[in-house]
Amino acid sequence: MPSYVISAKCDGCKGQDKTACMYICPNDLMVLDKERMKAYNQDPSACWECLCCAKICPQQAIDLRGYADFVPMGASVVPMRGSEDIMWTVKFRNGLVKRFKFKTRTTPEGEAVPDGGYATATDDLKSPLLFTEPASIGAELSTLKK
Amino acid sequence: MPAFETVEVSTDLLILGGGMAACGAAVEAAYWAKKNGLKVTLVDKAAVDRSGAVAMGLSAINQYVSLQEGLNTVEDYVKYVRQDLMGVTREDLVYNIARHVDSTVHLFEKWGLPIWKDENGGYVHEGRWQLMINGESYKIIVAEAAKNALGTENIYERVYIVEPLLDGDRVAGAVGFSTRENKFYVFRAKAVLAAMGGAVGVFKPRSSGEGLGRSWYPPFSAGASAYFTIKAGAEMTCQEVRFIPVRFKDAYGPVGAWFLLFQSRATNALGENYMETRKDVLANYGVYGATKPVPANLRNYLMMLDVNDGKGPIYMRTEEAIAKIASAAGSEKEFKKKMKELESEAWEDFLDMTISQAMLWAATNTAPEEKPSEIAAAEPYFIGSHSGASGAWVSGPADLAPPEYFWGYCNMTTVKGLFAAGDASGASSHKFSSGSHAEGRIAAKEAIRFIVENSSMPNVDPAVVESLKETILKPLALFEEHSGKCTDPDVNPEYIVPKQYMFRLQKMMDEYAGGVTAQFTTSKYLLEKGLQLLTLLKEDSEKLAARSLHELMRCWENVHRTWQAEAHLRSVLFREESRWPGYYFRSDAPKMEDDWKVFVNCKWDPETKEWSVFKKPILSIID
Repeated sequence: MPSYVISAKCDGCKGQDKTACMYICPNDLMVLDKERMKAYNQDPSACWECLCCAKICPQQAIDLRGYADFVPMGASVVPMRGSEDIMWTVKFRNGLVKRFKFKTRTTPEGEAVPDGGYATATDDLKSPLLFTEPASIGAELSTLKK
Repeated sequence: MPAFETVEVSTDLLILGGGMAACGAAVEAAYWAKKNGLKVTLVDKAAVDRSGAVAMGLSAINQYVSLQEGLNTVEDYVKYVRQDLMGVTREDLVYNIARHVDSTVHLFEKWGLPIWKDENGGYVHEGRWQLMINGESYKIIVAEAAKNALGTENIYERVYIVEPLLDGDRVAGAVGFSTRENKFYVFRAKAVLAAMGGAVGVFKPRSSGEGLGRSWYPPFSAGASAYFTIKAGAEMTCQEVRFIPVRFKDAYGPVGAWFLLFQSRATNALGENYMETRKDVLANYGVYGATKPVPANLRNYLMMLDVNDGKGPIYMRTEEAIAKIASAAGSEKEFKKKMKELESEAWEDFLDMTISQAMLWAATNTAPEEKPSEIAAAEPYFIGSHSGASGAWVSGPADLAPPEYFWGYCNMTTVKGLFAAGDASGASSHKFSSGSHAEGRIAAKEAIRFIVENSSMPNVDPAVVESLKETILKPLALFEEHSGKCTDPDVNPEYIVPKQYMFRLQKMMDEYAGGVTAQFTTSKYLLEKGLQLLTLLKEDSEKLAARSLHELMRCWENVHRTWQAEAHLRSVLFREESRWPGYYFRSDAPKMEDDWKVFVNCKWDPETKEWSVFKKPILSIID
């Protein structure tokens, strides 16, 4: 059951037309059971364990249970993703706990500017230069004399 | 069956896919489209924020040439790729991506991707071409720039593209369906850029229970690019050049940091290093066997020889690598500091891109300083962006390509107006995430030029669209018509459910085309038998049934996989040698042969419905 939803925590994203996990799952696995107002993973054997669902869940209602056909039981790996970093709690089968915090981005969310501030050198569609080049290469565009 | 509304969208450039190549295409196309008053539309089967192979994140950028630092030249990169692929590579395409890739990496950094820096402010290299990153949000950041460039009103998410639309020898758009509501989509366009990823699940995976989804490459890359370009009539290349990565066994966690950053060795169960004990084998592979680094497929092969001799398990000697680092550290205090750094780096490597591997280490109480961890060859994948090469045969750039490789627009397939990038374009390996993004940009600028120079909207026959709608929705109709016949909807003589169909394809490919259980070995006889079984499977694809939109997508994913499988079978059969023995081995043609230093290309003709497989020469542009 790779990613699984904890019944007590899931609120079905309060009845919006789609839940956060349904929105994000790259393999279209998360489904909202509208009668129970709980989400579930409809095909665990198609789950990549990318945890995109767990990272986006506003209730932290999604956890990972390793693939039953090769992962021994009893461990857990839990992400807590913020706007600029992610905290991981890794619990071993023998009880050992490790915590890691990693940066995720250096700019405010939503503010990626397509040209990155690099100037456009040519508006010639036939030029091999892309719209931020050569500034964004940091060197002249390489070529070969044919 | 409920009625499906047909939604028609007309655009100038249609970008198919939402991964790295598609996001690169979106950013570049948006600029040139605005200059020329054109419209760009992107269609993704998932949500762009987390779609494609980088959905989970990534712990390294594998292609960065370091041009501004002056560490390498573009020619150096071409030579590296050429050797790794045993000479079979389109040097013009590899050169083109390599000269643009640094530009794309610098944009990633401006957009907010944290790239590791050393004390002098330079990038931290994992290897010669690889940069270390904090990559959990890599895809989200790249998607954000694409969305900001294109505008969310031009992006269709959760629409699954099935088939191309054609107007004679020119592409005219694409059709598909929403996986969320009963809507059939018809996109009409002047040019189409295919960037829908590679193919996973064509071969039987090692894990066939719940872990079926734990492929190294994502299970949602299901052959859509190959299918779309093949069905449009595009010439394909390197369909035999599958990729098999060696990774930590079962969870497929990355080994790059251990091999490159921590300088770890891999040995067999007896402690022997197969790269040394079997180095004589490399002499059979000419200049490629003599090259450093040893090509990925030959490294695989030496390992497989040990496994076949019963010398497994094969281990990554993490404990040895850590002990070596400790002994170099000097004091106990320095060692502890270094170990803390290394531990964090090793775990981030897994957590950024293969959470399952972190889970497996935690579940097996693995302390890498105490015991080694098993590595193994995964199952075969079709991925033109890594050390495989399968994809569409595309034109090279005007200033680099020999005349034989140039037909007007860089990255255009042999179908007018149909462009390909990332895993969709072939013979340009080792582009990885960054090069795929750069290639998407290259293809998008050329696609805009194509539209400016070919400004008429292609015609689409409404009768063809209506017929495609019926075909595409047929699995829903079949299920509705027949499911009541039996008490168990999964077992019914009138139809086949997509999962069982997938298992049938995977079993056939595994046993006849050199999958895991065949120890990656096949032969003319096995391949011919495999093709016979595939013919029956293709006939039965018309009996696929779906009880939901989700299953309808699964049906078509498996049809897409089937066509990738057929292109592979035919190409492996055609090439009478074993050039990449660590990817597959032809037991009836076990050697690498000089006269097979050619591309194997293939094509399915939409008019005659016939396949042809043929050679194309390899032309070098650098010494």
